[in-house]
Amino acid sequence: MKISVKIFGLMLGLPLLAIAGQFEVSEFKLNNGLKVLVKEDHRAPVVVSQVWYKIGSSYEHDGITGISHMLEHMMFKGTEQHPAGEFSRIIAANGGSENAFTGEDFTAYFQSLEKSRLEVSFKLEADRMRYLKVDEGEFAKERDVVLEERRLRTEDQPRDKTMELFMALAFSNGPHKNPVIGWPEDIKEYTLSDLQKWYRQWYAPNNATVVVVGDVQPEAVHDLAQKYFGVLAPSRLPKLKSRTELDQTGLRRMIVKRPAKLPFLVMGYKVPVLKDAVKEWEPYALEVLTGILDGGNGARLPSRLVRGKQIAAEANVGYNLYSRLSTLLMIEAVPAQDHDTVALEQALREEIRQLQEKPVAPEELAQVKAQVVAHKVYEQDSGFYQAMQLGMLETVGLSWSKVEEYVDKVKAVTPEQVRIVARKYLVEDRLSIAYLDPLPITDDTTTAETLLENTHAH
Amino acid sequence: MHTKFLSAFITLLILLSPCMAQATPGIQYWTTAQGTRVYFVRTEGLPMVDLRVVFAAGSVYDGAQHGVASLTSALLDSEAGKWNADEIAQRLDSVGAVMETSVSKDTGSLYLRSLTDPDKLNVAVETLHAILTQPLFTAQDFERQKRQVLLGLQEKEESPGDLAEVIYAKAIYGDHPYGHPTDGEIGTVSKLTRNDLIKFYQRYYVAANAVVAVVGDLARADAETIVERVLAGLPQGAPAETLPTVAEPLAANTVKRFSPSTQTHVLVGEPVLSFNDPDYFPLYVGNHILGGSGLVARITQEVREKRGLSYSANSHFFPRAGKGPFTIRLQTRNGQTDRAMKVMMETTNKFIAEGPTDKELEAAKQNIVGGFVLRIDNNRKIAEYMATIGFYGLPLDYLNTFTAKVQSVTVADIVKAFKARVDPARFQTVLVGGAAGQ
Repeated sequence: MKISVKIFGLMLGLPLLAIAGQFEVSEFKLNNGLKVLVKEDHRAPVVVSQVWYKIGSSYEHDGITGISHMLEHMMFKGTEQHPAGEFSRIIAANGGSENAFTGEDFTAYFQSLEKSRLEVSFKLEADRMRYLKVDEGEFAKERDVVLEERRLRTEDQPRDKTMELFMALAFSNGPHKNPVIGWPEDIKEYTLSDLQKWYRQWYAPNNATVVVVGDVQPEAVHDLAQKYFGVLAPSRLPKLKSRTELDQTGLRRMIVKRPAKLPFLVMGYKVPVLKDAVKEWEPYALEVLTGILDGGNGARLPSRLVRGKQIAAEANVGYNLYSRLSTLLMIEAVPAQDHDTVALEQALREEIRQLQEKPVAPEELAQVKAQVVAHKVYEQDSGFYQAMQLGMLETVGLSWSKVEEYVDKVKAVTPEQVRIVARKYLVEDRLSIAYLDPLPITDDTTTAETLLENTHAH
Repeated sequence: MHTKFLSAFITLLILLSPCMAQATPGIQYWTTAQGTRVYFVRTEGLPMVDLRVVFAAGSVYDGAQHGVASLTSALLDSEAGKWNADEIAQRLDSVGAVMETSVSKDTGSLYLRSLTDPDKLNVAVETLHAILTQPLFTAQDFERQKRQVLLGLQEKEESPGDLAEVIYAKAIYGDHPYGHPTDGEIGTVSKLTRNDLIKFYQRYYVAANAVVAVVGDLARADAETIVERVLAGLPQGAPAETLPTVAEPLAANTVKRFSPSTQTHVLVGEPVLSFNDPDYFPLYVGNHILGGSGLVARITQEVREKRGLSYSANSHFFPRAGKGPFTIRLQTRNGQTDRAMKVMMETTNKFIAEGPTDKELEAAKQNIVGGFVLRIDNNRKIAEYMATIGFYGLPLDYLNTFTAKVQSVTVADIVKAFKARVDPARFQTVLVGGAAGQ
């Protein structure tokens, strides 16, 4: 639940649609290996179409970090049939909105359209799945755009920069040590052939899932998918290497110094995910644990640390049980005025200790479960969100049907199970911690021209 | 996760600007005995309800106490009625309800999302009622929240983008109450007292100053009962005072500020557009072509697609009760700011002088009209529109007539409206970044 906020928070403002929950997901597989998932919602005459590729930063190796994201940008740069920019112009002319996003485990493209325009999306997406055509000029310009994106989102954001360095501390050999957008030196040195190789290797119908949610009939969507995607040739996909992260052998700490106004801390424990869990209930217990700490304004961290002890100005917990590789349960926090990161860390670890020692109260557990049940209903107001869940689960190698199981699995978690996972995984040997230590923002302000008095009529 | 372009984040703001037509939701409208206007849309299929209560209680009513509207709003869901802040939060969590308070320049709002299951909805409504009508603003909650706001204000200073917004508002509005940050300034917030909040609350959080939007799977009678219960006991009061007129800047000016950042953030513009403005549609459609339609817009094409100078370069009107900003923006690596700005401004000036081509206008209409259904395809969006229509007094057929109004815009209308209303000779330019002084 918390992680949905984390992941989808970035998607706020993107087009959403509504679907009614009573419809089952229809699943098709074309002969070339393409999977098609369709969920009906007839509340509004709209459709969202998403194409998910099993490729992202967790598939990358050193030297080309971020290439999946760079490729996502280049996918708007044209094919034989549709030159650079035409994809976006055609979607716009059809009343559509579009975008794309890259994560650790996926790259996805989507359009939201009036329902009769689904064919436009399929035609264009099928074309760029196999026939991308890129040249040096477009490539060089887009690399500059990606560098600007990196400056905007990471370099000039002290907390995001800290997070990036923190991940590189927490992971030694696994791909989670690298940022999705890539290290700047790698971005600068991408070559066109790196990109072409990456595209040819991973963009194929047998490495993709098409998800459609909206006012559609599954059979008609299947036929349309067959018409446009069915003719594409599959690829021979490389066998994935496991990239299993080394066991951690003790607490890891780092201090990040950046010009900033406020201190900040992030701590993360290495925990299993649904994909690699030996016991399937454990990730759901970690999900509930996350909710106990931060699953609403009444949860422990806002109640005890923000309002009670007033030691934190903010404290957020994130855990993605749907990650392809094992990941971190992360806590990010900002100390309240007159408190420092050391005291805040102690307070947070005291909360962890209490989870290990005492089973959570039944009413706390009930609160978490009530929210999970309610949010399952609220999610259905957004077809985009539902399509995203289906696409993501399928793409990380879990079945989309895990979406349907979520509420029941969470409801089955007991107080004792929460205590067990806290004892087993939230331990010092699995912990990494980074502090952002603010450097003064040196004020060599050169206000060459200042606001003139009287520029405004009165 | 990284998205292809930032305009996604802008979409929310555009949502609050006009847009709509056929197949629109059936709006039911009534006024309570206390003078609150209510807009209700019944949607079927999901057992949930969205409720928005909107007051003219935004930062524009701060007076000299910049930040009082924001702090008042932030404290509403602390101790209220017979419950302390923890109890309030736990009551809402225990029924899976979502409750948020928020403040904009014009409005102070409460938002509730709940299941319609009566046992759950009752708890949610009862809690919202206490938050809205009996907030206690206890000294302890007040001091805590104030410290948090002050930290938040410091944090803004480490972000070149946030800093640029603050300076830009001051540049285009001067002393007008739209000119200060919604959450105030460190100097003004430090001086706020508990009493200031209580006074603000008593003046603006009153029935005659409220609009309610309700969207969900409820019968009309149930919607009426819920609204009555949420507002029960709220004094009638009086509508907020009329705002001072926004004066346009007399001359162009540039403000530069250092920030230890790798990019320079550039904002350019002036106050232009209010809701109900007769030039609304020519300006809206025109800007869609100039900088408001993502990758296909002219500014994005010229700055990003053709030259790779910025990740996010665009232009938008942000309509308000009084004249809201027309803003052109980009961020670019320090050292190439002049070049990027030149491209952005030449593109803008050419558009103001010549307007769009017939082909561009046709494409824009296809996009806006063809995508109209996407704007009202779920409860959340419909509730936002109801709140906007209600608060800004837009006609009830606003959505029904929207696409026709877009269709009727001509190239000549756009040229005329831009020339009359958007004047680079009045543009205020703000640069914040590592090379802002160069």
